[in-house]
Amino acid sequence: MGSTAPVEVERPAADVRPDLPWLTIVWNDPVNLMSYVTYVFQTVFGYPRAKAEKLMMDVHHKGRAVVASGTREEMERDVQILHSYGLWATVQRDST
Amino acid sequence: MSTGFVTGVRGGVVATFDAAEVSILRSLVTQVLDLVEPGTTGEDPLERALGIGSAEAPSDPVLARLFPSAYEDDEQATEFRRYTEATLRDAKRADAQTMLDTAQPGRLELNDDQAQAWLRSLNDIRLALGVRLGVTEEIHEEIANMSQEDPRYPAYVTYDWLTYLQDTLVRALW
Repeated sequence: MGSTAPVEVERPAADVRPDLPWLTIVWNDPVNLMSYVTYVFQTVFGYPRAKAEKLMMDVHHKGRAVVASGTREEMERDVQILHSYGLWATVQRDST
Repeated sequence: MSTGFVTGVRGGVVATFDAAEVSILRSLVTQVLDLVEPGTTGEDPLERALGIGSAEAPSDPVLARLFPSAYEDDEQATEFRRYTEATLRDAKRADAQTMLDTAQPGRLELNDDQAQAWLRSLNDIRLALGVRLGVTEEIHEEIANMSQEDPRYPAYVTYDWLTYLQDTLVRALW
């Protein structure tokens, strides 16, 4: 591989970083199973099961939850992957 | 009736289906393949190479659910869709094709990649059925209280079975 090849930049540990201005939101829907949503959060974000379950319960009870934050490009990539799993996810700027 | 998926001894997952169950699964996944057309990109070779495609939100409610808008703002949603939907369509079609190619009566062994494809594709089928049936979170109560003479009954029972299958698949992969 040549020295000019793009470097795959590892994302920092997928902890929510509140200082960054873009968010990935997952919305509640009546089809996606609680077990499945938890599994997807673990698989896509590498979250431990307890954190994935808490986020899933937030989605279920509050109708939506912030599941990740970071740069706009990172959030768009997350949303695209979540859509491939059939979750209803959106990107928005952190307004808080 | 199939008892669903369990973790395979040599990795992957294992399930047993009878011919009627495989026929239902193949029919449903074929419907998803028919509905989710291949990602279409423009005539421009560069756009095609980059997978830049249609920017319009689907009018069909099932497609709108399978390819949701990523932004509340229409202009941003359109731009995102233009750069991602063709790729997402192809990914969903590849998952559905994997399910169609591997579904068979008797003992079914799936490797990890095939199991992931089944997981996503079963979910796409449930999303499609769920939208068409107008499923709510009270689906179990609805089925319990539904007369077997109700014309919706077979579709609801199928949906419930797919839900069960998917839940066993998640637990087999965990």
